[in-house]
Amino acid sequence: MAGIVGYGVHLPRHRIKVEEIAKVWGADAPSYKKGLMLREKSVPPPDMDTITLSVEAARRALKRAVVVDPTEIGAIYVGSESHPYAVKPSGTTIADALGATPDIHCADFEFACKAGSEAMFVAMSHVKAGEMKYALAIAADTSQGAPSDALEFSAAAGAGAFIMGTDNLIAECGMTHSYMTDTPDFWRREHQFYPQHGGRFTGEESYFKHTKGASLALLEKSNMKPSDFAYAVFHQPNGKFPQRVALELGFTQEQIDPGWLAPTLGNTYSGASPIGLAATLDIAKPGDYIFMCSYGSGAGSDSFIWKVTDRINEVRENAVLTRKLLAENLIYIDYGTYAKYRRKIKMND
Amino acid sequence: MRTVCIVGVGMSQWGEVWKQSLRDIHTDAALKAIKNSGVDHIDSMYVGCMSGGMFVGQEHLASLLTDYMGMRGLPATRVESACASGGLAVRSAYIEVASGISDIVMASGVEKMTDVDGDEATYALAAAADQEFEVFHGATFPGLYAMMAHVHIAKYGTTREMLSAISVKNHNNGSMNPVAQYPFKVTMDQVANSVMVADPLHILDCSPITDGAAAAILCTEEIAKSLGKPYVKIIGTSVGTDTIQLAQRADLTTIKAATIAANGAFKMAGKTINDIEFCEVHDCFTIAELMVLESIGKYKPGKAGEAILAGETALDGAFPVNTSGGLKSKGHPVGATGVAQVIEVYKQLTGQAEGDRQLKSSPKIGMTQNMGGSGGSSVVHIMEVA
Repeated sequence: MAGIVGYGVHLPRHRIKVEEIAKVWGADAPSYKKGLMLREKSVPPPDMDTITLSVEAARRALKRAVVVDPTEIGAIYVGSESHPYAVKPSGTTIADALGATPDIHCADFEFACKAGSEAMFVAMSHVKAGEMKYALAIAADTSQGAPSDALEFSAAAGAGAFIMGTDNLIAECGMTHSYMTDTPDFWRREHQFYPQHGGRFTGEESYFKHTKGASLALLEKSNMKPSDFAYAVFHQPNGKFPQRVALELGFTQEQIDPGWLAPTLGNTYSGASPIGLAATLDIAKPGDYIFMCSYGSGAGSDSFIWKVTDRINEVRENAVLTRKLLAENLIYIDYGTYAKYRRKIKMND
Repeated sequence: MRTVCIVGVGMSQWGEVWKQSLRDIHTDAALKAIKNSGVDHIDSMYVGCMSGGMFVGQEHLASLLTDYMGMRGLPATRVESACASGGLAVRSAYIEVASGISDIVMASGVEKMTDVDGDEATYALAAAADQEFEVFHGATFPGLYAMMAHVHIAKYGTTREMLSAISVKNHNNGSMNPVAQYPFKVTMDQVANSVMVADPLHILDCSPITDGAAAAILCTEEIAKSLGKPYVKIIGTSVGTDTIQLAQRADLTTIKAATIAANGAFKMAGKTINDIEFCEVHDCFTIAELMVLESIGKYKPGKAGEAILAGETALDGAFPVNTSGGLKSKGHPVGATGVAQVIEVYKQLTGQAEGDRQLKSSPKIGMTQNMGGSGGSSVVHIMEVA
């Protein structure tokens, strides 16, 4: 049985409130707060990027894994749509910082918001096949939202890291299902600074179709029903979408609550459902089943069934809990500071 | 002139339709109308569409749509008068049957509006305003109607409650219409607290953008009788025009084109507004419904709001307005709206309105008022039970 040996999360301390962004653009803050269930989002400060977020998250995953020697990690996969370099892997820097080089396979993944769960899927496949003892999957983003675009209210930053293995597991992976079609709902072309999206098309025909497709197929394949799970985590581009898909599939608000972070975190893109899973593992009990479903524009979803083991109680406190990172020691910034941090003000050379 | 009847109708499901294109939804409505009427052929077709070009890049619709209906070669004409295109298609079909040129003519309307984003849809719709004197300077339709609303408020003391009551009523009616885009009820508070679009108009004062098609079969009374299906007679049809730029109008609180069209239709039908028992009016914005009810002479200037608040225009009121849900709840695929209004009156007069929105009073005469732009054109039809 393959699964998670250790997990970790890192989030920026900085936050900007929906009202602060709305004030600048003359947007209607209450409609974002109510309609999309967004209150504030995380903002990476200038010295933080996908690589630094990933290193922090992976170090915490190693602390929880306890038994893992970094040199035993056979592969590192980093899923993000905000790799700092267009050409040059993020994974090399991260692996080096962790002391996992040089005998390691490395690849950066990109599939909009689904790159993180792809990394988890591939890392797990390697250990399941017995090709290596451990594989590290990272889901991280410092996502982009164009000034005044609806995405600016949600595009946030964060990272989740998962060390996959076959023994000393804290969560076993029972089954997975991937569901994908050619659906161009969101994209960023080469040399473009900000992504573009298909407005309302990103909902029904994109997010909901694929999350439901992947979820229903996995529930059928596993012969399980929503009530068999203690918790469920869905990709969360805002607060509303994951809530709606969960309720429509037959899950309850109580099941999604622990991993439902978007209202105060924003959309961490590749990190969204993996960080939601980490927050759920933070409170889950041995024996609990957790349902997880990612979504990436383009478009596809990966769904996973996790079963928590007894070992969770031994390692949980080895690293900071996600909700603590989300709620404590925060720094609220204004739009000007945000614009500077996110390099939204373009200077002459 | 020969008597002209409506003998069958059809509509596509209105809303944001992802999986069907303009030609698909039109074919759906057209074939439903033909089947519903029982006719074995049609002699020609008039299709109303405001802007296939800007919304989906497709013009030359009359030929395209007859082809996809399986009627390649059929004489077909596209008509356009902005949001009154559908009403004008009905009127054109009427004239062809009344004149004796054809016996069975389809009047249809279609618009596929959601394949573009909000800005592009706003721009396409604004093409119905005066480009040189309004649009180039930044005006949009919500903005133009908002100005009309402000003048009406200043002159007559029209209130937020009056406007909200129109939205509440139309959503209540639309909640019983199976093809409506937004078949849910709203409250006075929800309307008043919804997002501001153009002061004083909130989003729940505005009709949505919609994909939708509607079709009706018009024919001679002889044919209508022979089919053995319920039918109604069109006893009045008229179109009125006015300057499309607001700046050229003497009074912004009344819609002159609607007055002209209504008076023309009354004269033709030998009726007055007092003979009309219910009406579908062009509520592209709540203020439009209020102003139209005054412009067609139902209420004196400045008096429609009180009547609306008193429930006179509700389903069980003395003069039900927009029993279909109106543009507000049913949706507003601009080219199809005028045809759908006629369909609602046909259904009410023949006892076929779905659910509890069928009027209990068994009305004998109903009217439609369709409007182009901010009132640059208006088409009115009066129908009577056979």
